[in-house]
Amino acid sequence: MSATSAGAAKDQVARLLRLVPYLHARDQVSLEEAARVIGVPADQLEKDLRVLFLCGLPGGYPDDLIDVDLDALEGEGVIRVSNADYLARPLRLTPTEASAIIVALRALRAGSEPDTREVVDRALAKLETAAAGSTPLVDPGDDVPSTLALRAQLEDATRRRRQVRITYYVPARDEESERVVDPHAVVSHHGVAYLDAYCHSADAPRLFRLDRIHEATVLDSEVTTEQSEPRDLSDGVFGGEEATRVTLHLHPEARWVEEYYAMEEVRPGPEGSSEVDLLVGDERWLQRLLLRLAPYAAVVRPAHFGDGAADAMRRALALYDHPAG
Amino acid sequence: MSASKTERLLNLLIMLLVQRRYVSKDRIREILYADAPSTDAFEKTFERDKEELRSLGVPIEVGQMDAYFDDEPGYRIRADEFALPEISLESDEASVVALATRVWEHARLAEATTDAVGKLTAAGLDLDLEALEIAQPRLSADEPSFDVFWEATLTRRPVTFDYRRPGYDQPLTRHLEPWGVVRFSGRWYVVGQDTDRGEERVFRLSRVVGAATMSGPAGSFVVPPGTDVREAARRIEPATPAEEVVVLVRPGAGAVLRREASSVEPDVDGPDEDTPWDRLRLQRAQADELLAYGPDVYVEEPASVRDEVVARLRAAVEAAS
Repeated sequence: MSATSAGAAKDQVARLLRLVPYLHARDQVSLEEAARVIGVPADQLEKDLRVLFLCGLPGGYPDDLIDVDLDALEGEGVIRVSNADYLARPLRLTPTEASAIIVALRALRAGSEPDTREVVDRALAKLETAAAGSTPLVDPGDDVPSTLALRAQLEDATRRRRQVRITYYVPARDEESERVVDPHAVVSHHGVAYLDAYCHSADAPRLFRLDRIHEATVLDSEVTTEQSEPRDLSDGVFGGEEATRVTLHLHPEARWVEEYYAMEEVRPGPEGSSEVDLLVGDERWLQRLLLRLAPYAAVVRPAHFGDGAADAMRRALALYDHPAG
Repeated sequence: MSASKTERLLNLLIMLLVQRRYVSKDRIREILYADAPSTDAFEKTFERDKEELRSLGVPIEVGQMDAYFDDEPGYRIRADEFALPEISLESDEASVVALATRVWEHARLAEATTDAVGKLTAAGLDLDLEALEIAQPRLSADEPSFDVFWEATLTRRPVTFDYRRPGYDQPLTRHLEPWGVVRFSGRWYVVGQDTDRGEERVFRLSRVVGAATMSGPAGSFVVPPGTDVREAARRIEPATPAEEVVVLVRPGAGAVLRREASSVEPDVDGPDEDTPWDRLRLQRAQADELLAYGPDVYVEEPASVRDEVVARLRAAVEAAS
């Protein structure tokens, strides 16, 4: 027997253990509807039912078997099952199932308003009782709410094809700007959520980090650009923009950036230092990064790329060394 | 053939479920495995079948058939252990439970959540998810080692893994009894007892190199009572000065600082007269983020933050010249 068919039998048993309680709670269900609920094609479900028909109590008498009304199934496409009371209750949750749903609810709880939170708490209490002591020590954190309402608002605008006016902060320029965008999708990349949109100020598609959108107003005007294909972020978020490959020398104190930003290449050097290559779309962004890392990072090449930051550091130091007035 | 195997598995389950007492192996063989060509073949198939049912979550118990006469093991499934306890969810509770299926951006856990909801709502609640107006968080877990730590936390099995500390190139092999996993600022961490060091430790899953492996049987260790994994993870966050930080900012600069400031005093005297300055009081701020503004931000207080900023600027300027 091949491994695939062994797994298939197990899956089939799992489906039947879900199917019987579902059918037990109802007089009859159409094959189509049951297939949709269980999540398998109708012809597969029909095969499942024909196996169920052969199962039952160990006596071997016809009355011992689970009764599947095959006439109704073949004739009207309707499922009627009886004589299976011992399988009427669904199978207990496995530890992974119990944990997955409890952690998901904890995440929902973190992002909910007080009145919804009360509902989530009631549901969680019942599930944690049902999970009987195997409550997982998994904490989804409570750092979700800040962009949660915004995300819902943007997803709603996307669905309704409405333009959105956003106030967006650009750290590279240390400035906020207002712009009208056509929202296309909210996408995630390495745990950061972005709005993929067509920006009418830039006249080009742009990605906006949700945590930098400080205000958003959904407008009555309909979007004027078409929904593009969902953007593939696997190559990083700089895709398509003009970028310069910059090599930095990093001291150990600055090496956290290797994980924080997308690196083209990381080459470990002596004494815990490293040389990294990264794509820089905006020189001002690099300047702020270098300031932030001072004095633990330096530009190796292209040489002039570090000049702006070095000048800013001299002027900043002068404020403390030679205060005017 | 897969159909007959399904039949056998389900019949075995039903047989063990409906009997009050343990069922002997001989009887099981007689009824369900009559066509096994040898005792060996029967034992092998029966073992595999039991394992498959157990992996679905079916609790098969092994016990003594008869306390007085023989020591032959028997098998049973207790109905109260087998079935989901009665959970009567109100319709609003069922709706948030159903909404949970959309939270995980992780294939295996999304599927496990969907299966759980399938069981919980099997008795027949027809749900309209679109009617709900709740903002939904998403939980992703891109770290390749996440699954192993998740599983090890649930089963309480020790984990061995290579871990790269920032600033060090050579990963070190670590041995951990994982108590729990926790998400903090969008990243997953594992908290547990580092058995080499004999101390509680926190590891960031994105720094685990290669495959993490579980060892030892389930239930190998006990999580200390009262363990709070979130609190443990919070302890590793960089310490931020508790003191208020007072900075001067040029007009038009520092939009994020202005948003976070508890007060803004416009048009005050500053270190130069090139522009006016605004005085901002911040609940907390680190040298890093203040340095990023270059000559547009000037730190007044406290001395510790100001000294760090000056020292780092001086070191950078000296290194450049």
